[in-house]
Amino acid sequence: MTVEVSKHRELGLTDSEFELICEKLGREPNDVELAMFSLLWSEHCAYKHSRKLLRRLPTEGERVVMGPGENAGAVDVGNGYAVAFKVESHNHPSAVEPFQGAATGVGGILRDVFALGARPIAILDSLRFGELDSVRSRHLLDGAVRGIGHYGNSIGVATVGGEIYFEAPYEHNCLVNAMCVGLALQDEMVRAAAAGVGNAVVLMGASTGRDGIGGASVLASAELGDGDGDKRPTVQIGDPFEESKLLECCLELLGKGLLVSLQDLGAAGLTSSAGEMASAGGVGIDLDVARVPLREADMEPFEIMVSESQERMLGVVEPAKVAEVLAVCEKWQTGAAEIGVVTDSEQIRVLRGEEMVGEMPVEALVDGCPLYDLAPEEPGGWIYGNEDVLPARVAAAAGPGADPNDPSAILLALLSSPSVASKRWAFEQYDSVVGSRTVRRPESAGAAILNLPESGNAIAVSIDGNGRRVACDPYAGTVEAVLECAQNLACVGAEPLGLTNCLNFGNPEKPAPAWQLDRAVSGLADACKALGVPVVGGNVSLYNEGPDGPIYPTPVVGMVGELPDPERVAGSAFAKEGDAVGLVGPFSPSLAGSELAKLRGELDMGLPQPDVAAVADACATIRDAVRAGKLASAHDISDGGLACALAESAIGAGLGCKVDLTPLIERSGLTAEEALFGEGPGGFLLSGERAALESLGQSGVEVVVLGEVGGGEIAMEAGERSFSLPLEAAESAWRSLAEQVETPT
Amino acid sequence: MIWGVLQFPGSCDERDALHACSLAGEARLIWHEERDLGGVDGVVVPGGFSYGDYLRAGAIARFSPAMEAVAEFAAAGGPVLGICNGFQVLCEAGLLPGALLLNEELRFVCRQVELIAGDGERLSIPVKHGEGRFYAPDDILDEIEENGQVAFRYAPGQNPNGSARDIAGVTNEAGNVLGLMPHPEHAVDPLTGSTDGLKIFRSIAGLAA
Amino acid sequence: MAKARVLIRPKEGILDPQGKAVERALPALGFEGVEHVRVGRMVELEAEDPERLGELCEKLLANPLIEDYEIQTL
Repeated sequence: MTVEVSKHRELGLTDSEFELICEKLGREPNDVELAMFSLLWSEHCAYKHSRKLLRRLPTEGERVVMGPGENAGAVDVGNGYAVAFKVESHNHPSAVEPFQGAATGVGGILRDVFALGARPIAILDSLRFGELDSVRSRHLLDGAVRGIGHYGNSIGVATVGGEIYFEAPYEHNCLVNAMCVGLALQDEMVRAAAAGVGNAVVLMGASTGRDGIGGASVLASAELGDGDGDKRPTVQIGDPFEESKLLECCLELLGKGLLVSLQDLGAAGLTSSAGEMASAGGVGIDLDVARVPLREADMEPFEIMVSESQERMLGVVEPAKVAEVLAVCEKWQTGAAEIGVVTDSEQIRVLRGEEMVGEMPVEALVDGCPLYDLAPEEPGGWIYGNEDVLPARVAAAAGPGADPNDPSAILLALLSSPSVASKRWAFEQYDSVVGSRTVRRPESAGAAILNLPESGNAIAVSIDGNGRRVACDPYAGTVEAVLECAQNLACVGAEPLGLTNCLNFGNPEKPAPAWQLDRAVSGLADACKALGVPVVGGNVSLYNEGPDGPIYPTPVVGMVGELPDPERVAGSAFAKEGDAVGLVGPFSPSLAGSELAKLRGELDMGLPQPDVAAVADACATIRDAVRAGKLASAHDISDGGLACALAESAIGAGLGCKVDLTPLIERSGLTAEEALFGEGPGGFLLSGERAALESLGQSGVEVVVLGEVGGGEIAMEAGERSFSLPLEAAESAWRSLAEQVETPT
Repeated sequence: MIWGVLQFPGSCDERDALHACSLAGEARLIWHEERDLGGVDGVVVPGGFSYGDYLRAGAIARFSPAMEAVAEFAAAGGPVLGICNGFQVLCEAGLLPGALLLNEELRFVCRQVELIAGDGERLSIPVKHGEGRFYAPDDILDEIEENGQVAFRYAPGQNPNGSARDIAGVTNEAGNVLGLMPHPEHAVDPLTGSTDGLKIFRSIAGLAA
Repeated sequence: MAKARVLIRPKEGILDPQGKAVERALPALGFEGVEHVRVGRMVELEAEDPERLGELCEKLLANPLIEDYEIQTL
């Protein structure tokens, strides 16, 4: 006997959601309508479990030009220009087909930015996979990096920064978050709201096929299990060449004032695009699916309405201008078809020629989805695994006879730890120079820097997050992510203008992930308010779980800041022999949640609470010092602690250093190990003239001069844990990611 | 010196090339459908992924009306510079010997490399490509070398893609068409890198003068 | 309309890293004794004038310097 599951349940709607739909329509929905509701009422589109929490976030500020709710956020950078930016996830598609999942993730975020009328100028990506000894993780890493490179390089937008972490909880559910930054003349920017009853609705770009049918509701609102092979047909295929033509076409149309509004087609395709445009404009839209250019014959109306074929945009055009719009599309060899009209009905009506095949009130479709409260419950302890791999890692990095207690061996193990090691293997697969704006290429400074000759200044961009630390304390860990961005920006002399975020969490219907999400959003809100940085947009990705449980709660923060003079930027590598090396800022390192604790299998709940005000003050001091040209180098202390930061600054310069941590240890009551490898916010590793470093103390910030740059070794005095390491050995460990990825186990 | 920079659907670096050219003269874009080069003194076929690199990199672009005009311009001795995808287009069009194949490591590579010019000068210029491995049969390679057509080689240890005999750029026999995989247009501003690329543009402008 | 399939292969003697990569990956997947892997391209088309297919291959579909092609009429 087979039990027939109700159609609505198969599409991911609960019984009560289905009843609510029937109530709003005054009848049962037909198949087309059911498909449309199932997508727009999915977690991915409706944010049912997160929308209430997101109301805590501060979204306003003097420099905000566009806030949450538009295709992307934007901030004013002067001279009539705005910088638009947003980060988005494409996690589940990437876990199923990493190349196309990551590629289309990049494609999607590019469209969100140029839908505003901003020319994309940079991409950054934040990736998370399981540990590298897993074949699956290497496959996902390889595919995702190639996919990001393929799309970004082909379309000619520089990929200028990013981060990659490897942690067991991401083994079954990798994270691929893509951020895009674009530049626009504020006068030429456009919003998504459809307007003007009688205006034409024009679909531009690629033809519509069966890509991603049922994608959003099937993939994003459900946990990944062993049946993933069946999900293969629902992955979208990206074509960056098509997008390149579409991008130029849209920018030309906007430059000529030919579009009333513009919206990209992403998750849920035409349904969400038309729905959101109509909702924002308080109007209705009639669409005729018979006029949609199709890639496959005999597509059903519901398929056409929910297809996630890539590289498509929806525009609203005054009737008198339609011919000119079609001509511009023709010039750029990109498809265009008038498929509908703006009405005053406040309904979305789907027609096939003359035949009506579906209709619903806009409000019901776009805003009618119930919003749920979480039922958070703090877990009783550490819910993730722990494994002592330090002896093995030390043996691999420092040789079979090495002692896992020897600090130089520990440093080598940390430097070669894939999450800490140089990501050069990955970023060399990205074009980081196209566009001629890249003042600092990946790994040369705390943040990427893009020259804006148009507005006579420059912007800095950083993307940061550490899921493991957020798992230890979701509130403090999220505050730390915001602080890390601010510190990275300070290192290059940039002042934060705005923030975007992607919240990657587990199943919100389960108590522990719900608690993580709730605490993390509070941390994000509080940190942003304290720093005065508005949240101008973002994305939520829930239900990231594997058979072993949820991923680490991973809020990824992308921050954009401005700096007046791109020639006055400090790199992260030491500059010359004889420069003093100093630790500046309210740095209180602890081994809790650290990379060392992870390698030792000693992860547990609890992180020290960050002093946001003190870190903000330090950022201001460092920023001013960088702008004044006072510092030779500036490096934020994060993964692997002070010892790793010192090693990285030394390796980048090809110069050793000799430092004494005893004053730090004595002043703060730390153990030598905490001083060397402890982590936490607020620490800046600087180099320059000794007097310049000491003068930073005048603003009240803590300054400890540790030693100086020089020699061929990294030498650290730390009581019984003193050691020195040849620079080449440190470099060889730090550069070992390529070998670890490409050597099969 | 008036430069014309070709623009195909899918070109990426044409604006960067335009800017670089404008540091060594005046420069304008030439749309791929133009048959008339507009009296320019030199042509640049820029980097990118013209036509998505579909079929083979440069295979479709070479048939554009603008490229037909460039072929005539080159036959008449006009200077033509092909950068990266531009180099691929010129090889496909038969204006330069050899072909560009997939990088040996099968990965796209973006990296600053050191080049050695024909006269021994060292230049620091970035490469960024997935299909940059220069290939020609041995007899053609011998001919290219004997005729002094090797314009640039990757410095020892710096060959990023497995190119035969470390060849990074070649000229035609007449010496008026130059193709190279590295991107000199991304080495013209001290703010964003080295300025060694400017020397290449200036030297071509000098030849055209 | 004549249907044809064109197979395009790298010429013998040219380094084919894609073929090598495939060959190297096979043993780990449990396939021993597979060698001389060459990776090429396939184009399928319908042509009104099959006489000109050779010319079409020479001019566009294959680069005769580095590739061989084979036309299969279907």
